[in-house]
Amino acid sequence: MGMQTVGRPSSPTSSASEAVTTVSGSRGLLQHEDLIFEIGAPDKTGVDLPVARGTKDRLGGVTRKVATGLPGLSEPEAVRHYMRLSQRNYAIDLGLFPLGSCTMKHNPRLNEKVARLPGFADIHPLQPQNTVQGALKLIDELATWLKTLTGMPAVAMSPKAGAHGELCGMLAIRQALIARGEADVRTRVLVPASAHGTNPATAIQCGFVVDEIKADARGRVDMDDLREKLSETGDIAGIMLTNPNTCGLFETDIKTIADLIHEAGGYFYCDGANFNAIVGRVRPGDLGVDAMHINLHKTFSTPHGGGGPGSGPTVLSQALAPFAPVPFVIEDEDGFHLVEDIEGQGAKAFGRMVAFHGQMGMFVRALAYMLSHGADGLKQVAEDAVLNANYVQARMKDVMSPAFDGYCMHEALFSDAFTADGIETIDIAKALIDEGYHPMTMYFPLVVHGAMLIEPTETESKQELDRFCDALSNIAVKAAAGDEALKGAPYTAPKRRLDETLAARKPVLKWSPPPPEAIAAE
Amino acid sequence: MTTYYTEDHEWIMVDGETGTVGITAYATEQLGDVVYVEAPEDGSFGKGDDMAVVESTKAASDVYAPVSGEIVDRNLLLIAEDEGGQGKPETVNQDPHGQGWFCKIKLSDKSELDGLMDADAYKTFCEGL
Amino acid sequence: MRYLPLTPEDRTAMLSRIGAQSVDDFYQDVPAAARLDGQIIGLPDHQGELAVERHLSELATQNRTAGNGPFFVGCGAYKHHVPASVDMIIQRSEFLTTYTPYQPEIAQGTLQTLFEFQTQVAAMTAMDVANASMYDGSTACAEAAVMACRATRRKKVVLSGGVHPHYAAATKLLCEAQGIEVVQLPPAIDGELELVNHVDDDLACVIGQSPNVFGTVTDMSAVAEAAHAKKALFVSVFTEAVSLGLVTPPGEMGADIAVGEGQSIGNSLNFGGPYVGLFACTQKLVRQMPGRLCGQTVDADGARGFVLTLSTREQHIRRDKATSNICTNSGLCALAFTAHMTLLGGKGLEELAVLNHEMACDLADSLAEVPGVEILTPRYFNEFAFRTQVDAEAVLAMLGERGVLGGVRASRLLPCGSMGDVIIAAATECTTQDDIAAYAQALKEIV
Repeated sequence: MGMQTVGRPSSPTSSASEAVTTVSGSRGLLQHEDLIFEIGAPDKTGVDLPVARGTKDRLGGVTRKVATGLPGLSEPEAVRHYMRLSQRNYAIDLGLFPLGSCTMKHNPRLNEKVARLPGFADIHPLQPQNTVQGALKLIDELATWLKTLTGMPAVAMSPKAGAHGELCGMLAIRQALIARGEADVRTRVLVPASAHGTNPATAIQCGFVVDEIKADARGRVDMDDLREKLSETGDIAGIMLTNPNTCGLFETDIKTIADLIHEAGGYFYCDGANFNAIVGRVRPGDLGVDAMHINLHKTFSTPHGGGGPGSGPTVLSQALAPFAPVPFVIEDEDGFHLVEDIEGQGAKAFGRMVAFHGQMGMFVRALAYMLSHGADGLKQVAEDAVLNANYVQARMKDVMSPAFDGYCMHEALFSDAFTADGIETIDIAKALIDEGYHPMTMYFPLVVHGAMLIEPTETESKQELDRFCDALSNIAVKAAAGDEALKGAPYTAPKRRLDETLAARKPVLKWSPPPPEAIAAE
Repeated sequence: MTTYYTEDHEWIMVDGETGTVGITAYATEQLGDVVYVEAPEDGSFGKGDDMAVVESTKAASDVYAPVSGEIVDRNLLLIAEDEGGQGKPETVNQDPHGQGWFCKIKLSDKSELDGLMDADAYKTFCEGL
Repeated sequence: MRYLPLTPEDRTAMLSRIGAQSVDDFYQDVPAAARLDGQIIGLPDHQGELAVERHLSELATQNRTAGNGPFFVGCGAYKHHVPASVDMIIQRSEFLTTYTPYQPEIAQGTLQTLFEFQTQVAAMTAMDVANASMYDGSTACAEAAVMACRATRRKKVVLSGGVHPHYAAATKLLCEAQGIEVVQLPPAIDGELELVNHVDDDLACVIGQSPNVFGTVTDMSAVAEAAHAKKALFVSVFTEAVSLGLVTPPGEMGADIAVGEGQSIGNSLNFGGPYVGLFACTQKLVRQMPGRLCGQTVDADGARGFVLTLSTREQHIRRDKATSNICTNSGLCALAFTAHMTLLGGKGLEELAVLNHEMACDLADSLAEVPGVEILTPRYFNEFAFRTQVDAEAVLAMLGERGVLGGVRASRLLPCGSMGDVIIAAATECTTQDDIAAYAQALKEIV
């Protein structure tokens, strides 16, 4: 035979499993990547610019004395830098993102495509208004959707994110109190203990004082406590309430709460972070709400982008509508117009919150999302979101401790009661990372011990939910048994647990060149 | 010198007209790693006023004045370096009842001490939590 | 429904596992009067991609884009070229569809880019530290004013007559809600140094802008000195980040806080948003800062890593005592900014700035030759104010008819529509000599 013996082995030849130490610091596809300041050079560039003549100077000597010293990178190096870094991120496009109160749902790519149409991305906010009629019409159309879905008569479009929308609503309340001549006496805002941190922070930013109301054993507003807090009349500015609340429950007494607040002369601010649970099924306007922000980056699926940009249009009741901030869009026989000044049609406005007209890029995406779903689809969104959350609750209730009895809305809340001594919520959360999932929201809301808040959203399939529940069940059983290995999780993530204490005690907030002696020693 | 305790887990060690204020070991266990301390250089505080702030990685908590008085000194050991201190807030965890004191105050009304707990009463109080 | 994975069979199986009859059971806590059993009226049903895209494209075509002809509109947002790779990078799913990096083990991509962003912004503004972004320049300015009051324990703020009027309005709104007195000096093309005459013992900070809304660049060192003499802070504002490559940056003037708009680098015009607010300050003030901060640390294996830090300043922990209520900021826009800056480098930024300046000089020289045109801005970077004998709104409308978007009329921004004959025009590296010739020719025909 003509035996050919040159070639490569075609099956594994070793079963050795110890970790490999590499010279590069990479681990296969997870490649090591230093900071741009360590890999770039001042003479490198990824942009070819025309050469300036350098003959004219109208700066009058107001010039930079010390160069930035920032390095550049060529395009191939820059692209690789960001690709390598991207591999260290979890993302909704990779898997389930069960963060409660954050509504991490699929971000349709059509929305990215249309937001990049030059007719939206390449127009300036201060162009003459007759050159941006399509943009103004889009804002008006989105406003119509938001008003119709919430059953509210007006919407302020300019707030930049959820917390900014809260500010908008609370400033509208403040302005209404000023108009009533009661702003000096009505300074108290009621906020449940379970509220998002932004609520009390916002109230304080608007010059109000915060009065905390208790939660009852059902995870809802304690009505006795509320009635008592309202019995001292005359100083109530309003209440800030999330509904469905941060325990994932609908506030059963919401209409009574609204009536009581209104009788006490205050206004009802609803935090709309959890609108995804009720969109198309319940209109906040029917619940007695006076103001509510809508996180377009939650319910209406504009991408979170690693922490923004968001968008927080704020719907307003008849009582607050006149005080909406400028700018706003109106339509007459000549087309669409922006009211930009606090005079004429904007005379009652509480002011201007921001430069220009709001997050247009997010408006385009949100409208594309709404048009895609339609009224029928949005109702299905809420129902599937709630169904998915209840399915997770049902599957997990035997191995974890549901915080409250009964059905939940769009998120399932568990306490750490089932864990053995020494195992904490954070250990369960970090163990999920090794299973390929982002952790749930933990230690929030504050009213539940060691809280774990899971919001799967409607864009998860049953198969994916089952895989997630299988993984979480396994971790929960280990946590109940006191498995110490959980304390070291995650083991397989791009990084092990990080030392947050060191970061906070000795803050290093930017890169600095190594000291000369360190360079000399190399 | 006698040490008194509050229900909010501050201690005050009184020596004549001056008291040294800190937070208890129980408090530091609850807070976890202390990363930052803000203590006033001067000023007067009423009993129960927000006097200082202690931050851990998980919470920021106010430290209340156990009694009324005027600030006469603060513990630079705990204060951040960029604020003129020595940047060792971890001392609060290591030695809460000694080196980890926050500030010294000149007492304006010593009778207010009567409302505070002694070491035994505080121990019992913590066991009931 | 293409975005909803559950099948009718799945729903039935899941309801049965839960033990519910229908999804209506989950809504039993909703008061009967507020339950919508049918569908919300007045909105259309779902549509396919083609139909949605068609509708939105129709709206898009009704807008005149900046790239479609001579374009000179600025005043806080600028038409710059964004390299193709920047948009590709921010569309990576791992950046686009991830959350705020609260779980650092699986968010090092976002965290490391934020750390790089903070380092770049600090270097560009010549300040000690920068945060991980704000919503935009105007809200950053408002937050700076409030922060100055917190740091100084005083309640008075003075704004120059050159601060962008929208920034001034946002600042006034937030301050007045908190009982802070705001003094706004009358609009002035070259009035930043007037701030020197408005410092007193009650003052928390003075706020000046360079280049200001009329394009004027000013060395405000004297303002910083005057403020510091009264133990007040100096807040330095900019709306054109490219200017930092050439114009005296806030840190070189002694600013305590620097705030500005970062849109010019990496981000499209987007009709006003989303943009990215830049916020930097001195080391001494870092714990008074609003917003998120990324810091360096090590992991359990001793390897370098990054985390969000000093978060006890923030609303989710500090609640009613937080430095700000800000939560979601401008993460992806900050990524676009830092990616573009990485491609440019310090030298590229400087070259880009020189190009912008040169184009503005050419534009001013061409317009100055038109009879009746008077250039008003004495020292400028890439933007300046000029006056004609005709009402600015009419001039801009007639320019528009000739295909030229000639700038912003000052009266659109200023209170009570003052400076009715003043136009503010900007040029950038996107401006061509043909654009400039077309502008001058059109203006000649009009005035």
